[in-house]
Amino acid sequence: MNAAQIVLPALGPALPELILSVGVLVLILYGAFRGERSAEGVNVGALILLVVALFAVMSQSGAKVTTLNGSFIVDNFSKVMKALILLGSAATILLSRDYFQRERIDRFEFPILLILCTIGMMVMASANDLIALYLGLELQSLAAYVIAAFHRDNLKSTEAGLKYFVLGALSSGMLLYGASLVYGFTGTVSFPGIVAALDGTAGFGIVLGIVFVAAGVAFKLAAVPFHMWTPDVYEGSPTPVTAFFASAPKMAAMAMTVRLFIGAFPDVTAIWQQIIVFVAIASMALGSFAAIGQRSLKRLMAYSSIGNVGYALVGLAAGSQEGISGVVVYMIIYLAMTLGAFAVLLSLRRGGRMFESVDDLAGLSRTHPVMAFCLAAMMFSLAGIPPLAGFFAKYYVFLAAIKSGLVALAIIGVVTSVVGAFYYLRLVKVMYFDEPVAAYEPMPPGARIVLALASLVVVLLGIVPGPIVGAAGAAAKSLF
Amino acid sequence: MSAAAAFFYLFAGVTIASGFMVIASRNPVASVLFLILAFVNAAGLFVMMGAEFLAMILVVVYVGAVAVLFLFVVMMLDVDFAQLRQGFQQYLPIGALIGAVFLIELLLVVGSWTIDPGLVQAPLGPVASAEAVTNTQALGRVLYTDYVFFFQLAGLILLVAMIGAIVLTLRDRPGVKRQNIAVQNARTQTMAVETRKVPSRQGVEV
Repeated sequence: MNAAQIVLPALGPALPELILSVGVLVLILYGAFRGERSAEGVNVGALILLVVALFAVMSQSGAKVTTLNGSFIVDNFSKVMKALILLGSAATILLSRDYFQRERIDRFEFPILLILCTIGMMVMASANDLIALYLGLELQSLAAYVIAAFHRDNLKSTEAGLKYFVLGALSSGMLLYGASLVYGFTGTVSFPGIVAALDGTAGFGIVLGIVFVAAGVAFKLAAVPFHMWTPDVYEGSPTPVTAFFASAPKMAAMAMTVRLFIGAFPDVTAIWQQIIVFVAIASMALGSFAAIGQRSLKRLMAYSSIGNVGYALVGLAAGSQEGISGVVVYMIIYLAMTLGAFAVLLSLRRGGRMFESVDDLAGLSRTHPVMAFCLAAMMFSLAGIPPLAGFFAKYYVFLAAIKSGLVALAIIGVVTSVVGAFYYLRLVKVMYFDEPVAAYEPMPPGARIVLALASLVVVLLGIVPGPIVGAAGAAAKSLF
Repeated sequence: MSAAAAFFYLFAGVTIASGFMVIASRNPVASVLFLILAFVNAAGLFVMMGAEFLAMILVVVYVGAVAVLFLFVVMMLDVDFAQLRQGFQQYLPIGALIGAVFLIELLLVVGSWTIDPGLVQAPLGPVASAEAVTNTQALGRVLYTDYVFFFQLAGLILLVAMIGAIVLTLRDRPGVKRQNIAVQNARTQTMAVETRKVPSRQGVEV
């Protein structure tokens, strides 16, 4: 038989993923041979790997390149989103060290699962066909289910892991069913192939496929009406894991959503636009109203993340280059705000116990003035008050929605963000005007670094938003 | 009747019969064994359709792994299947009626089903024609070349599953006696056996 010539695919564009994959295998072997004492070394190794991968991502030119049989795409959009994903994962490792040591669950598998999860997320951001998208998603999700249940002797943590697993499997099934319908009616799984096969028209089968895919995607984004798992999983998981869920996987899910809808269905916008508009409105509304009654900070952050996904989806609903640019700006700023808030949340420790309720923040301005000031900056920014970065995040997505004629959507967004401001500002009030109980232990060094960087980003980007707006614009341009 | 048709009816008949026995058998272990029989016969049907890769996968994965897992579960768990099945006979007529309705519906739907000829042409994948190579060969040609990315990703997913299972279930129990082969092999007669003189009527202290 005349064997076909085998051409090795170009691996250069996938260099960051390869670095992480090979590195994680080395770390697994190191951990397995050293046993439980290796946690410190594996954590340091994982952090170095993430930083190296970040440099590899940043050194990519940003020109559009596809490789691995066209299923892997690298462009400015994937570059920005991957950088965000890697930053989120690296921040999680910094935040997790102290917590895991004190809770006595300091095992070397956590950074390894985190890196594997990161590889999955980066594949999601670079997926150029449905199979790559699904495999990346599964890699990310499976690792996430395990780290949600990482505190395995804790009832709430195991419950969170199990709940996440069962509901996540269901949503994966829906996404897969939708993907199979899309494949069945177009005959291809690659995004450019789908665009060519649809040719601007969509039959009933495709519409059904898009609806199912959108449902699966909405679950991964934790957008209403597929958000039910979020508060329970966020509350039950160990706090550094919650910080992780609220940061890096959101970036990946948003990258995947944008890649899917803009990459595969750009000419049938009318079909998915109404779905995204509904999901955005419902998420913004639920995120603002349901958070009002929450006393637990972790649940509050869960509802806050649901609301923020809604705001980011406003940009996607616009469907324009400006809208996507708004989404990217929003995700950059959201990452900084969320990680900053969780860095404070992870520092509320006194006498070997973590404090997680809103009232535990009372009088923080007197006991820990710097921490309180930084958290206040995060909250003002989340509430969308100028001149902090959060204002510009919302400004760009709403502006894009108005330019695309979605005026009602933008108005609803502004109204819900006013409602949301109530509970963000209440935290500021509790910190500055309530009587303190006692001081907390000093902040762990990892949390200190994350909080400092996040505060810097939130304040500086509010004053000089130029650089990220430029980067986001370039990222959005590469998709159109 | 040709030999192919005869084999088809043999495999199909045994599949249906063993499928029925899975739910009718009193002994759960026998149920699982009938399930394995059904899988093997279904694999035979796949071979007759020319899908030999699917047939082998069915035998390897379902018979080799899934059915054995079922067997383990059935034997390890103390489930009273006789009690679970109580009232089964009582509901049989209703169940049969619903089944008949579904069957008629299915026949009506499938009877009027036509496949768009354009759809059959549609798949764009780089698959060689069935005449040129067997389907195992066709899969093998693309799995490690065109789809090597997906193959590697699937490998990573399995790695996560393995690490996850170990992280969540493996516990280091103290006080467990482990086999130390080096020590076992290094034992000599002098270490294992002690010779003592036993004085008459006095015994020895052990």
